[in-house]
Amino acid sequence: MSHTSDNALHAIIEATGDLGFRDPLAGVDSRLPEGAAPADLAAYCLMLGDDALVMSHRLQQWCTRAPELEEEVALANIALDLLGQARLLLSRAAQIRNGAGDAGRGTAEGAAAGRWDEDRLAFFRDAAGFRNVRFAEAPHDDFAHAMVRLLVFSAWRLALLDRLSSSRDPVLAAVAAKGVKEVAYHRDHAAGWTVRLGDGTELSHLRAQRAWDAVLPEAAELLHVHEVEGRLAAAGVAADPSTARGELEDVLARVAEAATLRHRPPGRAPDGGTGRYGVHTPELDSLLAELQEVARAHPEATW
Amino acid sequence: MVTGRRSSGQAGRPAAPAGETATGRAREVAASVADPELPMLTLADLGVLRDVREEPGGGVTVTITPTYTGCPAVEAMRDDLRARLLREGFTGVEVRVVLDPPWTSDWISASGRRKLEAAGVAPPGPAPRRAPGPVPLTLGPRPPGRGVRCPRCGSGDTAELSPFGATACKALWRCRACAEPFERFKEI
Ligand SMILES: [Zn+2]
Repeated sequence: MSHTSDNALHAIIEATGDLGFRDPLAGVDSRLPEGAAPADLAAYCLMLGDDALVMSHRLQQWCTRAPELEEEVALANIALDLLGQARLLLSRAAQIRNGAGDAGRGTAEGAAAGRWDEDRLAFFRDAAGFRNVRFAEAPHDDFAHAMVRLLVFSAWRLALLDRLSSSRDPVLAAVAAKGVKEVAYHRDHAAGWTVRLGDGTELSHLRAQRAWDAVLPEAAELLHVHEVEGRLAAAGVAADPSTARGELEDVLARVAEAATLRHRPPGRAPDGGTGRYGVHTPELDSLLAELQEVARAHPEATW
Repeated sequence: MVTGRRSSGQAGRPAAPAGETATGRAREVAASVADPELPMLTLADLGVLRDVREEPGGGVTVTITPTYTGCPAVEAMRDDLRARLLREGFTGVEVRVVLDPPWTSDWISASGRRKLEAAGVAPPGPAPRRAPGPVPLTLGPRPPGRGVRCPRCGSGDTAELSPFGATACKALWRCRACAEPFERFKEI
């Protein structure tokens, strides 16, 4: 990938000296792929970024509550990987949105009129503005539930990122190529725990099966194709979630078998009304209340 | 000094020639900056330094790549590189980040591997090579540590405790011969 010296971020960095040090996309080639509507691409980055941000927060809630110290470290690491992906994807969404017809660009009026950045997107949107799948926002009833949900989420996200690593959008492709390596570890970690619990004691098996029965019916949402995803997939920019079904089903069936769990594959994808459309469960409100509390209490704070 | 292997074409362009030039000196300075989380390694040892070049109109551009997407060390690396180069008299220092191609532990230099081992961190083996098709699922415990030597006693009788450690790039292992835990740099 080649890098031009004339992109907008460089201009900002050179003009301000240090603004770039806070932007995770500073110095990264920011050109847009042809054939994709910028509004679609920004919306798509928001979807994938919100998935990562919300799932990361759920995993962070295990800090101080995991069954053993090593697991606490593991979940914090996984949450940090996802947070890193979220930062890049939300920054990309902001970069595209700001660059596409924002009349106030680069001015104080523009900032007041609401230029986006990753913090604004993470901390100052209400639930209806989030585009994550509802699957990511559900609370984890117990550790078995957390592992089964992480398994399904990671297996699905890994399949999407793997496809995205050949995206025609250079930033998405680069974020995905890196994410594949990270999420492969997450998926295998959750798979290992699912087997250990399912094929463990009578009690751990019972709880793993209960988690499996609770989580698997929700997985159908992950295979729904939003019209933005459909358009961008046709343009070679996005991954079509419906093409991930085979890979997801294969992974889940193999883990269920090794874990001695009764399995039923994800059902038909819903026609709409999913998290991708801003239709969320009340659980997202309480998650965001926690995630956004400090930033909203101190809107002028910087970090 | 940045090794030719990394700087030649990994970012899709040939490396600038090193030598008695300002670019050569800038490279030496940038290459000697320590990693903020693994201070026994320089950025060049870790393989995150992709390119150092003097711009025709003055100024130095350093290109780095993050090890992990969420790695909080990247911002510290940018600050450290900038500060060191400015202190050494360079002006117009710009640090760029490239995400592609993604960093791999194979880029850790031979001297970096020796320094890791001396610090009690088992160096990574070769990064896994992907066959075409879906990313293969690893079920159950990862294969026992074939070839992973305990950095304390040198025994090869080792096992993974957890694939996640104190930093994103390390896993927790233990030695069955001397019974000590140790960290291992992950292959990615
Ligand atoms: Zn030992």
